[in-house]
Order: sequence, then C-alpha cells, then structure tokens
Amino acid sequence: MTQALIELSDLSFSWPGHAPLLDIPAFALEPGETLFLKGPSGSGKTTLLGLLGGVQKPDRGSIRLLGQELTQLSAGARDRFRVDHTGYIFQQFNLLPFLSVRENVELPCHFSRVRAARATQRHGSVDQAAATLLAHLGLKDPELLGRRADSLSIGQQQRVAAARALIGQPELVIADEPTSALDADAREAFIRLLFAECREAGASLLFVSHDQSLAPLFDRNLSLSELNRAAVAPEV
Amino acid sequence: MYLFRLAMASLANRRFTAFLTAFAIALSVCLLLAVERVRTEARASFASTISGTDLIVGARSGSINLLLYSVFRIGNATNNIRWDSFEHFANDPHVKWAIPISLGDSHRGYRVMGTNESYFEHYQYGRKQNLELAQGRAFATDPFEVVLGAEVADALKYKLGDKLVLAHGVALVSLVKHDDKPFTVVGILKRTGTPVDRTLHISLGGMEAIHIDWHNGVPAQGAGRISADQARNMDLTPTAITAFMLGLNSKISTFAVQREINEFRGEPMLAILPGVALQELWSLMGTAEQALFVISLFVVLTGLIGMLTAILTSLNERRREMAILRSVGARPWHIASLLVLEAFALALAGVVSGLALLYVAIALARGYVQSNYGLFLPLSLPSEYEWTLLGGILVAALLMGTVPAWRAYRQSLADGLSIRL
Repeated sequence: MTQALIELSDLSFSWPGHAPLLDIPAFALEPGETLFLKGPSGSGKTTLLGLLGGVQKPDRGSIRLLGQELTQLSAGARDRFRVDHTGYIFQQFNLLPFLSVRENVELPCHFSRVRAARATQRHGSVDQAAATLLAHLGLKDPELLGRRADSLSIGQQQRVAAARALIGQPELVIADEPTSALDADAREAFIRLLFAECREAGASLLFVSHDQSLAPLFDRNLSLSELNRAAVAPEV
Repeated sequence: MYLFRLAMASLANRRFTAFLTAFAIALSVCLLLAVERVRTEARASFASTISGTDLIVGARSGSINLLLYSVFRIGNATNNIRWDSFEHFANDPHVKWAIPISLGDSHRGYRVMGTNESYFEHYQYGRKQNLELAQGRAFATDPFEVVLGAEVADALKYKLGDKLVLAHGVALVSLVKHDDKPFTVVGILKRTGTPVDRTLHISLGGMEAIHIDWHNGVPAQGAGRISADQARNMDLTPTAITAFMLGLNSKISTFAVQREINEFRGEPMLAILPGVALQELWSLMGTAEQALFVISLFVVLTGLIGMLTAILTSLNERRREMAILRSVGARPWHIASLLVLEAFALALAGVVSGLALLYVAIALARGYVQSNYGLFLPLSLPSEYEWTLLGGILVAALLMGTVPAWRAYRQSLADGLSIRL
C-alpha cells in the first residue's frame, strides 16, 4: 500500500479558552485523490486547513504530510514544508493586486527552492511554467500576463490563483471555497480545469466547500461533521 | 532582493500616501540640512568678517559693543577718542599699521565710515584677503569722494561719477542732510560677504569737512556756513575719531600693546582682540542657533513619526496581503522584513528628495541670500557631518520600522493563511 499523502490520527484542537473545536480520530488522503470535504462555515474547516498548513499546532495527535510528522517540526520548518508541498486557492481576492498576473503565479517559486527547481525542470524556466499553466487554464493571451492582477475578472483571477497553487507541482492542492464567487456554469468549468491540471501534476486535491452540488465530480466525498467528533449539531 | 521588489510594489500600490509620507520626510530633511548649512556658513562668515587685525581700539566700553560698531556697523560708540591718542599709538614702534575709523553718518540706511588709504591697504577679511576694487579707485586728496561697498552700489544702483548726499546720524529716515556737500562715487569695492559691502567709505578729511561748520550737533545757519570749496582749502585733520584698528609687527607683543592701551593715561580706551570678541559674540548667538538646530531635528522626528503612523494604519488593510504572502510561503520574518524595508524605502526616498529639494532651494535662493545677508551658500556635496545626519535619519527609520514589523509579525502568526474580511 502506498503511503497516504495526508494522515491525521487522534487529532484534537481547541482555541485557548474554548471548547474543543476539532477531534478527528482518523483521516487520510491518498496521493492523486480528489476529495470533497463538506463543511458549513463555523465547522472548523479553516482551522483544519490551518493545521494542515502547519500554521497552528494541534493540542494532541499527529498530522503527517508525505510521511513527515508536522507536529515535530519547528514553526519555520513547517512554513518551508508547507510551501514546498502545498498549493492554496482561497475563496476570492487570492492575488496580490499590485503584482502582474505572471508575478502572482510565480510567487511560490520565490519562497520555495523546491518548487522553483521543479518548475524549471519541467518547463525550462519559472516564466515558462507560469505561461504554460495559465494557457492550460484558458489564459492564453500573452498580454494578459503582464497586466495587474486586479484588472482581471473574478473568474480569471481564480484561474490565476489555481495556476499559482499548481506551479512547481506541489503534491497537495488545498482549495477553500474557490468557486463561491463564480456562477454555476463557470464553477463546473473551473473544477474540471482544476482536476485536469491536478491530474497532470500528480497532485491530490482537498476541496473544501459547503456547496454540495459539486460533490459528485470528486473521487470521494466527506462531511467534516461526520469526521469530527467535537462537532455540535450540524447547522441548518 | 525579491522582498525589496515586493515592498516597492506594495508601496507603489499605495503611492499617494507613500508619496505624502516621503514628501513630509523630504521637507523635514531639507529643513534640517538648510539650517545646518546656514548655521555652518553663518559661523564661517562670521569668523571671517575680520582677519589680520591684531587689536581694535575704541573708547572704553564693552568689548562686544566695540566689535559691533567697529566691524559690524551695528549700534553706536559711546564716546570718541582723540586724534592725538590715535597718533600716539599709530607711531608706537610695535605697530606696523593703523586704520582710523570715524562713524556716525549714513546714506539711505547704509553706514558711512571715514577712514584713510591704509584701510584699503591693510584691512583684511576671510582668509587674509585684502579689499579689492571692482571699479574705479580709492578716494584721493579731494575730501568729497566716496568708495562704495558692493551691496550699496548694487542696491542703490550707483555707478562711478554719481553724486550722493550723506545724512547726519544713522537713523533710516534722517531729517538733517549734508546736502551742501555732495560726494562723488570714485570707486566700488568687490563683494566680500562682510559688512564692508554695506558701507560707504569716505576719507577722514571728508568726514571732517561735512561737519566743519557744525556746532553742538546742528549745522550753522546763514553766514556761519562754510561751502564745499571753502572747506577744501581748510585744514581737515580730525580732532577725534571713533575707533582704530592696529596691525602689529609681531603677534608676541599683542598683549603688551593691549595692556599699554588699556592703561593709557591720556584718556580711557579699550583694546580688544577681534578673534576673542568674535568668539564671545558668537557664543551669545550660539544658543539661538542651537535651538534652531534642535527644532529642525524635532521636525525630522515628526516626519518619521508620520511615516510610522502611515505604515501602522495600513497594516490592518493589508492583513489580506500578508495572509496571501503567508500562503505562498512567506515566513513571518519575511513579513516583518517587508515592513522594515518599506520604512527604509520611504525614509530613503525622503532623504534623497530632501537633498534634491535642498539643492534646488540653494540654487534659487543663494543670490538673494548673498546680497541680503552676505551669506555665501555653497552648492557643495554634503559634508561628512551632513552625511552622518542623513545616516542617522535612515537608522532611525529602520528602528521605527521594527514597530510595524513586530505588529505584522504577530498579526500574521495569528491570522494564518486565510482571512475573511
């Protein structure tokens, strides 16, 4: 059996002075798998993503990413590990508005040597990698690359964010409600593009959303409230 | 390097506030340097007002008072000294040269000084520079000739051959004029940057001639009047002068001659060393100059605090920017360095444009300042001291940058990767 990409066991987390928010006995994500994680707001999904990103530390339990126990790393090492192996796409306003589209996509390569090296290895240069990814995601116009990120439409911006998450082939892409600002048609088109690119890069996709309509497209789907023993009654 | 590029891009995104912040710093830097320059130049030009003169002698009063009226043409002598006292010391074997000075009249606000040819020969200023004529010649045997200081000629637009009338007393508006004895401009001195520029020089004979028919401070009336031509044929040796300057054969004898003058039995006199009196006078003004400097330092501090405020206020709006950077791999210390770099960049922009502003201001104002205040402001590169000041400002900005950096560091640790605003 191959090693799981993410492996959580006996994980518990609470914000100081609050009741436990997360209590997850076991959870795993396989390499190359696409997983839909349903979680209404307030269910602790942002916190879970924070834990997976190594921004927060759990009260107890273990978080293994690519076999590496995150809880044993220092804060700096967790930061490095995160950028080397994880790409993020958020809800919206994902981009630095004052940088060009190309510069936004290339951001992770400036902070991670591993990803810069992989991008160069695969596409010849970081610039080329950015252009190729953007083209795959439907942003072919070279003129677009030099434009300020905030001059693009929301749909285009989300595709730029996807390209940024994918550059340098991280093993894991975490998407947190990336489609909530898109309309229904654009939403599905975006997901399909994301799937295709994740598959090509060999990345697993952890997709967090409260929008159940997208769930059938994924390999597997899970609800955070099923996973989390600390969950209170699911919200209506 | 990439962080610097990010900091610059982020600043450019807030270019209006960034511009204002840098501009405030630029103004304060310009002010600080301008004060510093004027201060340095004022001190230098002050110290170089008179040189080469070993002793200044006048009626007994205070040394600063004597220096003020004899060299700076400010204030008045309390008393005159007799001509024979002057001759007594002018002929002293220790004395190389002596310049008599007679004051008390004016022309349109500029002081008139009666002296003799030894003034043009021996009076020195700056780095032992002698007076030089820009046009014409020094006054000669005719008593009604005048040599103008550069500024007098410039401001009143006199040229050689012009006739002018002196006024009695030194008030700006004088009611009594020596209009029966006009003077002819025979020479104009080169600019010196000293009070000489603001002086009209006439011979002692001329000074005597315009007052020859005066008694008890008023001119004679009717038949008592003496015309200019009559005066020319009279003995115009003065009976009293205001002060005199001495150059000695040997500096070693300075104190001996000074004591001799101060203990002179003929009349009470005071001899001062110009360097010492200048020092005393400067120390009086030094307090004001120090205060000005301290004030401009505080203005710079205000500029920097303005920058600190601008950066701190921007932090909250920029939480998303920080979170995005964190999600693409920036570590908290990257975020902190971004803010320090930002503060540094703002201060650097402020310092550079402050310098530019200073040079523009000097280039524009130097002519005016030179002619009105006799201050020469050089367009030279910053001095070592000025570089130190500028360096200090940058260091202060870096230190101040650590405040928002620390806050952003804490904030980005707490916010993590995603922020929903």
